Amino acid sequence: MNNINGSISSNLRRRHRIGKIFLALIIFSTMVGLLMLTILLIDIAVEGAEWVRPELFLNYHSRKPEKAGMKSAIVGSIIVMALTGFFSFPIGVGAAIYIEEYAEKSFLTRLINININNLAGVPSIVYGMLGLVVFGRMFGVFSPDSWLVNTFNLPVGQGALGGMEFNLLGIKWLLIKLPFGRSILAGALTMTLLILPVVIISSREAIRAVPNSIRLAAYALGATKWQTISKQVLPVSMPGILTGIILALSRAIGETAPLIIMGAFTYVPFLPESVWDQFTVMPIQIYNWITLPQAEYRNHLAAAGIIILLAVLLSFNAVAVFLRKKLEIKW
Amino acid sequence: MINKLKINKLKEKLISRILFFCGVFSILITIGIIISLFSEAISFFLRPEVSIIKFFTGTNWRPLSSKVSSDNFGVLPLILGTMLIGIISAIISVPLGLGSAIFLSEYASEKTRDIIKPLIEILAGIPSVVYGYFALSFINPIIQTVFEDWFGLDVNFFNALSASMVLAIMIIPTVTSISEDAIRAVPGSLREGALSLGATKFEVITKVVLPAALSGIIAAFILAISRAVGETMAVTIAAGATPRMTFNPLNSVQTMTSFIVQVSFGDAPTGSVNGQSIFAVGATLFMITLLMNIASDFILNRYREEYE
Amino acid sequence: MTNNDKPKLSVKDFNLFYGKFQALRDVTIGIPENQITSIIGPSGCGKSTFLRSFNRMNDLIPSVHTSGKIELDNENIFETDVVELRQRVGMVFQRPNPFPKSIFENIAFGPRAHGVRDKLILSEIVEKSLRQSALWDEVKDQIHKSGLALSGGQQQRLCIARALAVEPEVILMDEPASALDPIATLKIEDLIQLLKVKYTIVIVTHNMQQAARASDFTLFFNMADDRAGYLVESGNTVDIFTNPKEHQTEQYISGRFG
Repeated sequence: MNNINGSISSNLRRRHRIGKIFLALIIFSTMVGLLMLTILLIDIAVEGAEWVRPELFLNYHSRKPEKAGMKSAIVGSIIVMALTGFFSFPIGVGAAIYIEEYAEKSFLTRLINININNLAGVPSIVYGMLGLVVFGRMFGVFSPDSWLVNTFNLPVGQGALGGMEFNLLGIKWLLIKLPFGRSILAGALTMTLLILPVVIISSREAIRAVPNSIRLAAYALGATKWQTISKQVLPVSMPGILTGIILALSRAIGETAPLIIMGAFTYVPFLPESVWDQFTVMPIQIYNWITLPQAEYRNHLAAAGIIILLAVLLSFNAVAVFLRKKLEIKW
Repeated sequence: MINKLKINKLKEKLISRILFFCGVFSILITIGIIISLFSEAISFFLRPEVSIIKFFTGTNWRPLSSKVSSDNFGVLPLILGTMLIGIISAIISVPLGLGSAIFLSEYASEKTRDIIKPLIEILAGIPSVVYGYFALSFINPIIQTVFEDWFGLDVNFFNALSASMVLAIMIIPTVTSISEDAIRAVPGSLREGALSLGATKFEVITKVVLPAALSGIIAAFILAISRAVGETMAVTIAAGATPRMTFNPLNSVQTMTSFIVQVSFGDAPTGSVNGQSIFAVGATLFMITLLMNIASDFILNRYREEYE
Repeated sequence: MTNNDKPKLSVKDFNLFYGKFQALRDVTIGIPENQITSIIGPSGCGKSTFLRSFNRMNDLIPSVHTSGKIELDNENIFETDVVELRQRVGMVFQRPNPFPKSIFENIAFGPRAHGVRDKLILSEIVEKSLRQSALWDEVKDQIHKSGLALSGGQQQRLCIARALAVEPEVILMDEPASALDPIATLKIEDLIQLLKVKYTIVIVTHNMQQAARASDFTLFFNMADDRAGYLVESGNTVDIFTNPKEHQTEQYISGRFG
């Protein structure tokens, strides 16, 4: 029988050396990501910092780089995000309440859960195609040759898309245009579908974190289910819910592809007056500049636009962190 | 009083109905995705100038060519371009992400981890259009220098490699977090058992922990490819728009997503061949990512069961 | 006691802290060679912590620090290489923890780590270790099957075989039978008796009959008012159980606390 003790002292140093090399390698791989992040930020700051100037906020895109700005893109991003938040909040929180508080253990509940997780993994560009068909074109049911138009003899416009306009309930400012076309409204609804899975998942976590004792205490006082939820559970979980929505919006604000597919424009030389107007957003404007041949656009204005985009992103995240830290209740 | 109770009951019922609708709304989204993608894709395949068999087997993708023919609608170049970029970026990001996962879970102190983890997470939060910019302004010149100037290889200005590299950076946090979960799920008693035999930490990790966490790491690899496959803007900006059958990452390629963007900018009229072709490509993309996500989920669930 | 003349492990003024909390205080004792030493005491008295000090398993907990000395053959273990120390001082844990690999791979892991590459030698080691741990006859036809497929008692003997495969001098056992049924427990106890010919064995046990039955030498630990563990008394197992010097020991072994 061999004695392994003899061989130990001879290779112990080698084994320790391999361990050290390995540690160096994994520290290196941890640092690669962080190093890239640093280089990326420096690269953008160097290229773009000088081009962050008032014109960037006050002007529209221009053929002269020194005059070009992204006013309509900034405003477009703000409106799209506001509308997206406005739509996704009630639906997302409602879905989270349903799953956490109402749903029973059933096939449907399991299906909903699996479905939400799968939706979170669907490429964002697919949501763009969904938005285009559902909101932008509404499956073509308002085109002049559709069965709906023919059956009810709807007064639609001409062209491939057709479409109709009317005032809801006859009220003048409640203008409705069908289909939604390439409007801000269609864009915001598309973004809503995109972030909804994330909003539902984070709201669920916030609601689940509320201890059961709170619910029981409210029931013991004779409160109904909805009173318990709306007066006790929701207020307590609101910081978590809001944090989740803000983080979801901060992801959405950098999303480009779905809005391009949906039909957002690259060049919009005016500010929207209603949700039915055409629009563009910051990442699309940045993309547009990146693809232009002149170095001023490609290198500098694009980088300046990125600085603004990242600044907005950062402030969203700062607000989310602040909310979590300030309003957090420790159990 | 009775009236008030009745109203209250009605209100409760109404609210639970509304909430139920919100709950099943997500299922409507899925149904919507399937209907909108597949209805247009089917109309595309039903066109006389298109053949579904040639679509999935053809090696030429020339949808904008003046001659509309089924020979010009073979999606394989797009799939190949997509997978080329997806696999290269996974090959780069998995070792890096796995390395940081090992560092964070096995070596770093709680304090170090609390600092580094959020910093790594930032990489996933940076918009993809920014990575596209970074690919052109920073990665590309390096690739040109290394491969063209040093090795004398032919490098296209837009190339799959630079897109893959920025995607890899973007995916690192996903790989790190899934691998870290997998590594943490390996019971501490196995580490103790191996250490007590006189194994070094390196031996414990490579011979006991990583094999036990293998399924989680494979899941991370698949999910990394799936993420890269679904990414749009970075590849649209950096990889170019040349659909071709190539395994050379220094070439310009077109991915499924960048084709969809290209057509969307081109303002193809609704109902035209091109307008519909993006849905056929989109449906293919959707199915590929769905299958990969299901596969990685399946593998993840299996290893969860192993330790429960 | 003549065995004490040349202790295999000797502990001098050993203290161990978890951060500010003192878990062991002023332990001084010699562990005799080629004997079975059992450590008994109420839960929380630090007996497992003490056991894990011998192969520096407590190094894994960042907040732990120690003072005093533990010597293995007159060499301070805190000054030797921990990998080498653990090769010389093996350990068997409370719950069987085979690797999710085949029986063969489980046992070959240690020797491989220590540089044995030769397949023939490895299978020799595997067979010898399995024979030593009285598992060979039960598993010889399935050594390439997963170690997790074995029963709890077999898994524990596999873990003992795994420890034997690196040819240690000391084997530490932390309540090795507490997760097993009575029959499996007896098998482990018989095995331990066979092993003492070659190895020095230290075993922590909660089961006093086991200590009385299976060990030659016994250490009794108790907890002070500040919850620090300390050594109350030590001696031949027969003496401790029939004629304890300390009142606490008598109370503990007669089952009045613990």
